[in-house]
Amino acid sequence: MGVYITLVLIDLITIINPQLIRWTIDQGIGTGDDSLLTLAVGGLLALILIKGVLTYYQGLWTEVASQSVAYDLRNALQRKITELSFSFHDQAEAGDLLSRAIQDVERVRFLTGRAIFRIIESVFLMIITAGVMIWMNPQLGLLAVLSMPLLIMRSIHFGRIFRPLSLQIQKQLAVLTTRVEQNLRGVRVVKTFAQEEAEIERFARENRKWYELSALSAKMQSNHMPLLNLIANLSSVVILLYGGTLVINQALTLGELVAFTTYVAQIVTPVRYLGMVLPAITIAGASAERVFEILDTAPLVTDEPDAPDLVVERGEVVFENVAFAYGRQAGVLKDISFVAKPRQVIALLGATGSGKTSVVNLIPRFYDPTAGRITIDGRDIHTVSLNSLRSQIGMVLQETTLFAASIRENLAFGRPQATQLEIETAAKDAQAHEFIMQLPDGYDTEVGERGRTLSGGQKQRLAIARALLTDPRILILDDATSSVDSETEHLIQVALERVMQGRTTFVIAHRLSTVHSADLILVLDKGRIAARGRHAELLQSSTLYAGIYHQQLKLGSARLETAKSGVTL
Amino acid sequence: MSFGIGVSGAGMGPRGAMESFAEGNGQRGQVYNPRVVRRMLVYLRPYTKMMALAFVAMLADSALTLLAPYLLKVTVDTYIAQGDQAGLVHISLWTAGTFSGIYLANRTQQYLLSLVGQRMLANIRRDLFYHLQELSLRYHDTHIVGVTVSRVMNDVATINDLLSQGIITLLGDVFVLAGIIVVMLTMNLQLALLTFTVLPLMLLVTLWFSRRARVAFRETRTSVAKVVGGLAEDIAGVRVIQAFGQEDTSQENFSAVNAVNRQANISAMSLSFIFLPAIEFLGILATAIVLWFGGRAVGTGTVTLGVLVAFLAYVTRFFNPVQELSRMFTTLQTAMAGGEQVVKLLDTVPDVLDQPEAIELTDVVGGVKFEHVSFRYRPELPEVLHDVCLEIQPGQTVALVGPTGAGKTSLGNLIARFYDVTAGAVLIDGIDVRTVKQRQLHRQIGLVPQDAFLFSGTIADNIRFGCPAATAEAVERAAKLANAHEFITAKPEGYETRIQEGASNLSVGQRQLVCIARAILTDPRILILDEATSNVDSLTESLIQDALRKLLQARTAVVIAHRLSTIRNADLICVVQDGQIVEQGKHQALLARAGVYAALYQRQFAE
Repeated sequence: MGVYITLVLIDLITIINPQLIRWTIDQGIGTGDDSLLTLAVGGLLALILIKGVLTYYQGLWTEVASQSVAYDLRNALQRKITELSFSFHDQAEAGDLLSRAIQDVERVRFLTGRAIFRIIESVFLMIITAGVMIWMNPQLGLLAVLSMPLLIMRSIHFGRIFRPLSLQIQKQLAVLTTRVEQNLRGVRVVKTFAQEEAEIERFARENRKWYELSALSAKMQSNHMPLLNLIANLSSVVILLYGGTLVINQALTLGELVAFTTYVAQIVTPVRYLGMVLPAITIAGASAERVFEILDTAPLVTDEPDAPDLVVERGEVVFENVAFAYGRQAGVLKDISFVAKPRQVIALLGATGSGKTSVVNLIPRFYDPTAGRITIDGRDIHTVSLNSLRSQIGMVLQETTLFAASIRENLAFGRPQATQLEIETAAKDAQAHEFIMQLPDGYDTEVGERGRTLSGGQKQRLAIARALLTDPRILILDDATSSVDSETEHLIQVALERVMQGRTTFVIAHRLSTVHSADLILVLDKGRIAARGRHAELLQSSTLYAGIYHQQLKLGSARLETAKSGVTL
Repeated sequence: MSFGIGVSGAGMGPRGAMESFAEGNGQRGQVYNPRVVRRMLVYLRPYTKMMALAFVAMLADSALTLLAPYLLKVTVDTYIAQGDQAGLVHISLWTAGTFSGIYLANRTQQYLLSLVGQRMLANIRRDLFYHLQELSLRYHDTHIVGVTVSRVMNDVATINDLLSQGIITLLGDVFVLAGIIVVMLTMNLQLALLTFTVLPLMLLVTLWFSRRARVAFRETRTSVAKVVGGLAEDIAGVRVIQAFGQEDTSQENFSAVNAVNRQANISAMSLSFIFLPAIEFLGILATAIVLWFGGRAVGTGTVTLGVLVAFLAYVTRFFNPVQELSRMFTTLQTAMAGGEQVVKLLDTVPDVLDQPEAIELTDVVGGVKFEHVSFRYRPELPEVLHDVCLEIQPGQTVALVGPTGAGKTSLGNLIARFYDVTAGAVLIDGIDVRTVKQRQLHRQIGLVPQDAFLFSGTIADNIRFGCPAATAEAVERAAKLANAHEFITAKPEGYETRIQEGASNLSVGQRQLVCIARAILTDPRILILDEATSNVDSLTESLIQDALRKLLQARTAVVIAHRLSTIRNADLICVVQDGQIVEQGKHQALLARAGVYAALYQRQFAE
């Protein structure tokens, strides 16, 4: 409310000032009476001082309000983004989400901040100024006000034609950004394929397109403000000409004429401001749309109202006729049914795209099945709270994501209150303690952006320790030991075996050793379970399994029996 | 408050109306950095003529803007006061003409400036992009992609405010200020000097503001960078956050940096809310001085009313540029910070360069030789290769095995001359790779990268990446050889399927098959395969193996692999350990030696 009061007061002072000057010229000067002059000048200074204080508070309040809007919007976006299901993130581009949360929110903030007050202030000032001028001298006043519709129309027209162009420029900038980003991410490929010149040519093409659009916008913009000024200035010449004639004919005092010219100049400021701000508002409107598009996206996976917490005692997982599809795509999983008994190790095997990952993604409800149901200890996971469900499930995903924090914080990610002892135990079980202690700051070593400073094998062991620390009843592993040497692979293998003990474990198997020891092997083919059983049975009964197995076996025909440890490199 | 007629245009487009939003890392917050300005001025040089024209327009604009209040004085003193109706019409026409002149000059100036500005931005971006292609992997290893992107896009954008708009606006303001001072002193020395007593006060206020603002606005830049960084991480790690149910913690962390950013913005803006009214107050103080002393002088007849009115108009004009300058303060600061980063990037010297007399490398047979090669990535890092000697015959397949960090990848990188050796030499067909043109060297080399990187665009675009001119048939042939044709045609859009962000619509194995097709199409003499077979199921692996077998035929190949099964058929296996080749030979021979290789092999197949 205080803001509106400051707004009205500031406008009033702006209106009164020219009257003071008029009064000074007409009454204070030439009469030789210094006291009147002093009074006028003193009044002028006092008013401007008050205006200054008001401006400060108005600015501060609106800034606090608008910054809080940005703060709230960003918090809401961050919350939403972390809550939206995997199907959303499969489609979304990180750069796009970021630009919505940063640039678009900033544009919306601009609209909700001082801009909105200055718009009200400007409109208010224009109306009052027009009123005062007509009151002072109806004829001259109307003449002065004539320029206003002209200025406003011109501004609105400009906004209308300028907006599509500025949106186009924004889009082209995004294209440029993507080009640079892609080029940098693929720098090794670009270099080995010697495609630098083609890349430069491609960039230059988009760059030129951007320049051409910008040049067009420069042309439009460079005419806008000078034209508004010209209209206002010519109108003041008309005032001076007609008003001067009135003064000559003694129908108007000189002070009044000076006040009039001041008012005309004063009208231009708000109109100019509106002219600038209106196109920005349309842009901010588009930004707001982009922000709310995210905020209004409903997560596909949500808690049912009053969903109770899940308590896992045994850890039995049952799939009952589960089917699943991503969006409008063809079915990924069809009629999947199986029972994972407590503490069993279930190995999932199959070609790329056969649905292994989809099966395990359904257990923590990263996606919901399109048909059938999944139960844990007899309870439909759809009916329990997401948080309690996920807290019982540990995951070691194929792509290890670490955060830019210390190793300790990364390990304790799922259980921030874990003690140092617990963290170390988990790290030891995951075969990570040793290398951590060799790092310069041990557990306090900062992990750079996405764990750049660590090797693939180290990251994977940290991920295992991180999952261990939450002591989950159900464990989901992708045993792909990507890009690690055999020594590290061995360490990871040992870690995984330790981790699986006493938990129901689902393993996306890439190695025969995993398959050998599994309690149940599910062989997936095109979204269906093509065969199931233990290794020995499957070898007999399933040609698909035997095929996969022999392929590996053929490659490893010289397989030797040796101990798993004791080899030093 | 503004007094008098005539409004001069301060060039602020809709973009200017948006409060400047700084993004980037914390800088020192200088408002003027001569080195940056000098470097950037180079980009203005091609447009000297346009800038000169803009300068002339600016001079005309300033002069006409100064003339307007004088015409007002003449109007009041000479015509209105003396009741000269005809003269009034006459002078009004002159005034209208002056304003039209201002319009033309202003419009020309703004048009030229923004045109030059945009063209300059395009040129700087072009040069940066070009430079990035020249920089060696050592640069790319140590710089985060997002930051470099922001150098090319955001930092460059800020420079525009500095160069085209900034310089001319500054010059224009200085001219107007100087002009006003001269005119006022000429019109009435005493009154002018009295008015100027406000100037020292203004200087003090401005100094106070600039000192504080430098710190405050720098703070806004660093804090917003943290907001961006925090959110970027949450997005990248969203799957982990959800898997561990840590939505609340991540929100807490984010809103903490978010709150710091809010406070930094409020603090910085509060400074402006003190400064701008203070300058306005000083402006009115000057007006008051003119009114009070001038008014009394009019009373005593030493000053005419017209002079008084003109003085009032000039005083307003005097304070406009000052306010303008202070508004530009933060813009300039951001521009300098951005410019600094851009200059730094442009000045980064690529450490792998073509020699001036670099020779053409054509018709490579494919012999590769390492002669006593030692290598370290950066001077401060330990050596990764010590005195490596290795000779690969044309057409041979050589497998590099050994623990992570042993130096396998480094050997591959040195063949392609992504880095230069610290000692020794790498020869291809007996020619030192440092003496040939890099791009020609690279054309002879094919790479299947470990991460199976694909660009956005269609699958076909990706396969023809190395030969943009390849026909659809050639692309298909390569895909068939790479065993990729089948899965590609199974997709609804076939070869025109667009690769999604992170290639998430292809499996890892499929991505590798596309990468192999891409390498096949360029028909390289020397092939580097970097752990290309990890992470896939056995079926896809056998497809990949089969594709690789075709790819390796009749080429020299260096395979960096961890799966020993994939390299048993290699002509030569090198065991790399601690930066040295500790064993080499054929599979059976190495097994028989019962050394490191045998141990590695046994371990792998025991599992």
